[in-house]
Amino acid sequence: MAPAVFNEMYDGGKVRPPYRQLEDWTADMPAALRSLKQKEAEALFRRIGITFAVYGEGGDPDRLIPFDMFPRVFTAAEWTRLERGIKQRARALNAFLMDVYGRGEIVRAGRIPGRLVYRNEAYEKAVAGFVPPRGVYSHIVGIDLVRTGPDEFFVLEDNCRTPSGVSYMLENREIMMRMFPALFQENRIAPVDSYPDLLRRTLTSVAPAKCDRDPTIAILTPGHFNSAYYEHSFLADLMGVELVEGQDLFVEGGLVYMRTTQGPQRVDVIYRRIDDAFLDPLCFRPDSALGVPGLMDAYRSGGVTICSAPGAGVADDKAIYTYVPEMIRFYLGEAPILQNVPTWQCGRDEDLGHVLDNLPELVVKEVHGSGGYGMLVGPKSTREQIAAFADRIKANPSNYIAQPTLALSTVPTFVDEGVAPRHVDLRPYCLVGERVELVPGGLTRVALTEGSLVVNSSQGGGVKDTWVLAE
Amino acid sequence: MILTVEHVTTYLYDAPVRGVVQSHRLTPSVFEGQRVLDWRIAVPGAVAGDGFRDGAGDWVQGCSLRGPVTEVTVAVTGQVETMDLAGVLRGHREIVPPDAYLRDTPATDPDAALSDLGQMAVAGARDPLDAAHRLSAAVADAIAYRPGATHAHTTAAEALAKGEGVCQDHAQALIAAARSTGRPARYVSGYLFASGDGTPHEAAHAWAELHVPGLGWVGFDPANRCCPDERYIRLGSGFDARDAAPIRGTARGGADERLEVALAIQSVQQ
Repeated sequence: MAPAVFNEMYDGGKVRPPYRQLEDWTADMPAALRSLKQKEAEALFRRIGITFAVYGEGGDPDRLIPFDMFPRVFTAAEWTRLERGIKQRARALNAFLMDVYGRGEIVRAGRIPGRLVYRNEAYEKAVAGFVPPRGVYSHIVGIDLVRTGPDEFFVLEDNCRTPSGVSYMLENREIMMRMFPALFQENRIAPVDSYPDLLRRTLTSVAPAKCDRDPTIAILTPGHFNSAYYEHSFLADLMGVELVEGQDLFVEGGLVYMRTTQGPQRVDVIYRRIDDAFLDPLCFRPDSALGVPGLMDAYRSGGVTICSAPGAGVADDKAIYTYVPEMIRFYLGEAPILQNVPTWQCGRDEDLGHVLDNLPELVVKEVHGSGGYGMLVGPKSTREQIAAFADRIKANPSNYIAQPTLALSTVPTFVDEGVAPRHVDLRPYCLVGERVELVPGGLTRVALTEGSLVVNSSQGGGVKDTWVLAE
Repeated sequence: MILTVEHVTTYLYDAPVRGVVQSHRLTPSVFEGQRVLDWRIAVPGAVAGDGFRDGAGDWVQGCSLRGPVTEVTVAVTGQVETMDLAGVLRGHREIVPPDAYLRDTPATDPDAALSDLGQMAVAGARDPLDAAHRLSAAVADAIAYRPGATHAHTTAAEALAKGEGVCQDHAQALIAAARSTGRPARYVSGYLFASGDGTPHEAAHAWAELHVPGLGWVGFDPANRCCPDERYIRLGSGFDARDAAPIRGTARGGADERLEVALAIQSVQQ
């Protein structure tokens, strides 16, 4: 039985208030104009050069991700609640990181199994005991959300390392404003263009103690072969900071310098877009040519701040995800505002029975699997497939987790036949420094294929502008 | 026992390199088994970074030289008072939990032979300490000491298959076997004073530590079939030999590097 799908624009036959203006807008738009506008949008994206794959999904790096012009809209009240929930989660994740690289109270208290933390590949022994400026580890937290009802939001996953895609949030808005200026006069839409300023302020606020002047910030990129290189250079431009590769930096006397035509210039804060393993061949992979030799020594002796902190990935692991609500209660003493997708651990006897009894309604995943391999989607499987999968679970229960099949909300989307509902998700970008900040918006991904729940760009997903209406 | 150390490592490049960056773990650990009386690290021409103590309790300090450089000398001289604690690392402050040392690395990934060796060794052990001793003895039995049989990148599994190796191979094999039985284990680098009693030794030495409930970290030296005593100076630890290396460095520029090491450990008569 398919659960009811929440349409964000239509409540039965009635238009939900935030979408009222858009109803007239689409009704008044002739098909010829729409197709013209769609071509214009594509030309703009091509000219800007924004063609990278979101979230490192692979595929053709020069492929344009389809942009759908129909905006996704939140009311101020909806956003206020989301914002509180997202900020709460970002604070808890950072508190968790400070704890597990410190005394590990949450493990000692028996709230999270130590093996999930300390045996995790993302746990970096090298940074244990080191507290980064302001105790912040994940400075940009990307939280992937799905909606199933008017007030029902679920967190699919947290991204504490270097979540990408924020350039889409900014460009989608820019292009919508250029093409449909009238829409932005008729609707009071909260701006998102303060993001680069807020990011810069966030990075400035975590300058190391040794920095006694206005900190110099640089974005460290693996280079132009990286699929997100466009975003790296875009953010560097908007923030007015340097875009550097590892070879542009060197370490001397416990400080980091950038080679410039005017001689070495000290760098205080590095927003890195390369993985931990490649940051410093003296600390991590010795064969890495992307990083900066000695960077980790400079970092750990307080000469430079690395954002996000090396080791931040231990907070966004699939196995740790289940415990984020527990973190919120443990560190903040608050009730979680945003819910996790309920997850059954087949390794627990009490969960295993439930999972085996309800396989046709569940999605079952391997704990360490990825890319959709070793997965059962109950509602789309035959009785034989389900029976075979049940045997695999029984053979090694702790290797599997199960989740309900979520009915992702839909938003009207332009399709060949006109406008039709398509499933969406949302990734807002929360900034954590001296303050916890969130611009009103995020990246909405949309599954362009009818009925599809897969929003990944590699599988026919597109993006939309995301509006938050002012009161 | 009071031990003096003179340890000079020289890196020679066949063509000038544009710069050298190193990270050192060359300072004796702080625990009840040893006390530094004097310790200096000199790298002529280098700019030193700020040192710090990492989460494993090791003192880490970086340094760099701007090029052109054809030679880098790292000279360590010092004096340490040591005491025999039967291998127990008493009074060592560290924040990394033992569970972190259950993780395998490519050099310590246990193959079937290492796992078997581990299982057989601990079978019938009276208690965790006895099990650790049995593991160390099993590795010593399985890998004969023979310099030159292996190289810096030989893995634990390869060394066991070969049945020969040096202290690095013994330590990594013991770590792999211990972890395969669920015991946290790590690699330790340091110095050994060879007393001249004929036991095989290497002055720049390495051994393993196993975490024993109730005792904490305890050192085992399969190469010498003993636990570290007053002849040992402990410098630092890691997942494996590479992770625990006293000197990690890199040069900018494509020159070939040659290494010369001169090391003398002596005991001061009291």
